[in-house]
Amino acid sequence: MTDIASASPSATGLHTSDAARRRLKARYASEFRFKLYGIAAVFTAAMFLVLLLSTIVGQALPAFLSHQVTIPVDLSQEVLDPNNEGESVLRRANYDAVVRDGIRSLYPFAESRDDQRTVSSLISSGSAVRVREAVLNDPETLMGQTSFTVPLDDVADLYFKDLISDEQRVVPTGIASPTGTQGTIQVLSTANDFRDLLADVKDFLAEQADGVERELAAKERSLERAGLDLDSYRTRLPDAPEGRSDFFESQIGILERGIVSLGRDIENLTEELADLRTRSNAAGADEVLSRQLPSILVEINGGVVKASRISATGIEGEVIIPLESTADAAGGEWSIREIVLPERNRQLDDRSLVYLDQLAGQDRVERTFNTVFFSSGASREAELAGIWGAVVGSFFTMVVTLALAFPLGVAAAIYLEEFAPKNRLTQIIEVNINNLAAVPSIVFGLLGLAVFLNVFGMPRSAPIVGGMVLALMTLPTIIIASRAALRAVPPSIREGALGVGASKLQTVLHHVLPLAMPGILTGTIIGMAQALGETAPLLMIGMVAFIVDVPSTPLDPSTVMPVQIFMWADFPEVLFRQKTSAAILVLLAFLITMNALAVILRKRFERRW
Amino acid sequence: MSTTQTVQESDTAPVAQVATPQNDVAPGGTTITDAPPENVKMKGENVDVFYGDKQALFGINLDVGERQVTSLIGPSGCGKSTFLRCLNRMNDTIDIARMEGKITIGQQDIYDPSIDVVELRARVGMVFQKPNPFPKSIFENIAYGPRIHGLADNKTDLEEIVVGSLQKAGLFEEVKDRLDAPGTGLSGGQQQRLCIARAIATSPEVMLMDEPCSALDPIATAKVEELIDELRENFTIVIVTHSMQQAARVSQRTAFFHLGILVEVGATDQIFTNPRDSRTRDYITGRFG
Repeated sequence: MTDIASASPSATGLHTSDAARRRLKARYASEFRFKLYGIAAVFTAAMFLVLLLSTIVGQALPAFLSHQVTIPVDLSQEVLDPNNEGESVLRRANYDAVVRDGIRSLYPFAESRDDQRTVSSLISSGSAVRVREAVLNDPETLMGQTSFTVPLDDVADLYFKDLISDEQRVVPTGIASPTGTQGTIQVLSTANDFRDLLADVKDFLAEQADGVERELAAKERSLERAGLDLDSYRTRLPDAPEGRSDFFESQIGILERGIVSLGRDIENLTEELADLRTRSNAAGADEVLSRQLPSILVEINGGVVKASRISATGIEGEVIIPLESTADAAGGEWSIREIVLPERNRQLDDRSLVYLDQLAGQDRVERTFNTVFFSSGASREAELAGIWGAVVGSFFTMVVTLALAFPLGVAAAIYLEEFAPKNRLTQIIEVNINNLAAVPSIVFGLLGLAVFLNVFGMPRSAPIVGGMVLALMTLPTIIIASRAALRAVPPSIREGALGVGASKLQTVLHHVLPLAMPGILTGTIIGMAQALGETAPLLMIGMVAFIVDVPSTPLDPSTVMPVQIFMWADFPEVLFRQKTSAAILVLLAFLITMNALAVILRKRFERRW
Repeated sequence: MSTTQTVQESDTAPVAQVATPQNDVAPGGTTITDAPPENVKMKGENVDVFYGDKQALFGINLDVGERQVTSLIGPSGCGKSTFLRCLNRMNDTIDIARMEGKITIGQQDIYDPSIDVVELRARVGMVFQKPNPFPKSIFENIAYGPRIHGLADNKTDLEEIVVGSLQKAGLFEEVKDRLDAPGTGLSGGQQQRLCIARAIATSPEVMLMDEPCSALDPIATAKVEELIDELRENFTIVIVTHSMQQAARVSQRTAFFHLGILVEVGATDQIFTNPRDSRTRDYITGRFG
């Protein structure tokens, strides 16, 4: 400081000297840096938000659509209720058989048990239940109806959403001649139409060989290590300390057995590798296709053949859909498909895939908005699972929470802020309320379990208990926000009201509370939004149960949206993964609606003073 | 009430300065330069006020004459606002404030436990330093007091009271077309007159005004002063002011406070032309304060 004073001899130079200008420049530079940090922070946050939303939306979009198939059904009186005995018999009729026969009638050629099972698994296993419900709801119109639309199985649904595998279509040039219409046949082309596919298969084999080679190397390394360990144990065995020799011997035994099995593995792998290498190197030679290799399907004369052996000019394979004739087919009239992902790595085998294509070819499959997702409760079947049960559960829970937490919270805030004397007791209460706001939510769940369920014996998994637990959790938030809002009302308003002779309660209710309302509502909605997204405490009171029915009162067992998301995220099916994202979107939509409501309420109540 | 207000109050309340009055006149040794008013409306006897441990007022004895304007003057922090707020027990809202002594209205002790503070505030209205209309319509601002006290039996009566109060406050002509407009939308001077009209509407016996013109421009100030002069016919008025000209213009009696002591009280002419106490003389001639 002193040198600055001496460097500026006159008062006028104090702020215009070089040193002062440098300081000013440094000040601007630091301001600029600060601005940059801010922009960087905002940008990073925005980027993560976009990333998050785009991932969720991308995952969720397929779940909003679903595929349904119209199958022929025999809902005639003779089948369902031959003796016209009414509802009791209708209720017990064998709808499973109706649906099964319906879908099987579309594939008369599927005669073996395996094929028939494949056919039945194309449609949702809940189809029969849906037919039954529809018939029971409206027997008049549905009796005698000959077709019915049922949901496809989740894997089939994914196939129509192009989410199972990539595929390539080769347009052949040669004339193909099949050797039969059923069973194992050959399809031979006059041109080298299969050459490229064969090369693909060889590449695939080479890749597999590389994989086997890596595995082999790893095994050899373990063998070497095991050998070294074995040697070391053997050399140390004679001088083993008392009581340890048993352990050494058992180790030696384990290692010896391990070395034997490793040796066998290595032998097998070496053979496999040699085989793969020869096959992949023998360019142009015939190749046997297996479940580990891409599938090749030939569509010819209205039938489909699945290749089991391929050469450059033809295939040998099994007929999946019978051909109409053994006539030759010209270049444009037949085609070859390659399903890139090996059958072993897919959920949908080649046969189902071909059957589904046939359904689509008959215009029986339609893509519709997924109303099931928005109208039904939970289900083990991915295609039948819906969010509605959880939405209703969340709604009831929120109603209970709001009804308890809002009046209690506001009343407590008014008392503490406007009426309570400032003494040690109210100070302790205040500190405890603040502490309560920081208590982990699962603790409230434990409290709910211990008190509401075990002591009061209230129903498990019920929104009313969930709402009570969440109300406890939300209460401190509301109290703190409301107190802050009340404190923010200018004292002049209170004085004005007291000055004209209003009592304390009148002052608060007529003047202070209306002015504090926007702040109180904002705090409440923040608390409610927090409660809406809460999972942990609800797990403790059993709202994680699997509940199929949509609850109709707050006393019915139910689940809530975040818990439903938590449960779905655990399931392995791809469709459940998509439904998880879709449910997250629904939850987000709820939150955004609630926040929008808060903004609107604020605007309505907000007044200047 | 909240802590923020306590802090704000201590701005106007003398805290540090009042600890030891250093003058030769002992606390309570007020120079009274005129005869007491003919009809005493309110009377303070040996009023001590403490904010926590700090004493803000020392043995104030002051008579407030009926239907006249009494002005309280003095430098900042001398206790004049504190005394004013004792007159309708507004200090009750401050947790740490404590009052000793006796203040009467008519013959009643206003700090007597049997006195209802709501009733007292209906009898002793107050106008504050900063205009503080409620964030409601002009009509509602004035109707609020009569409504909570049940002064109007029906809507016509209520409208009569509102219009009458606005007329008395000289605001009616300016706002008669927009009684539904928010009171906070008026200009500062109009807002203050609205607050005066609000105080008038409950027909108080005494009106306390705490620097009612300090936030107003000279023209608005002139209007409010004119109004105070008119109101004197019906109301007893006690006004705290920093402007000695204002005290001289509107009041009949003036009390000079200094460091929590009522130094001198007398007829306004007397105080401003011929003060007895040297401190009064120094203050009104502008030597301190």
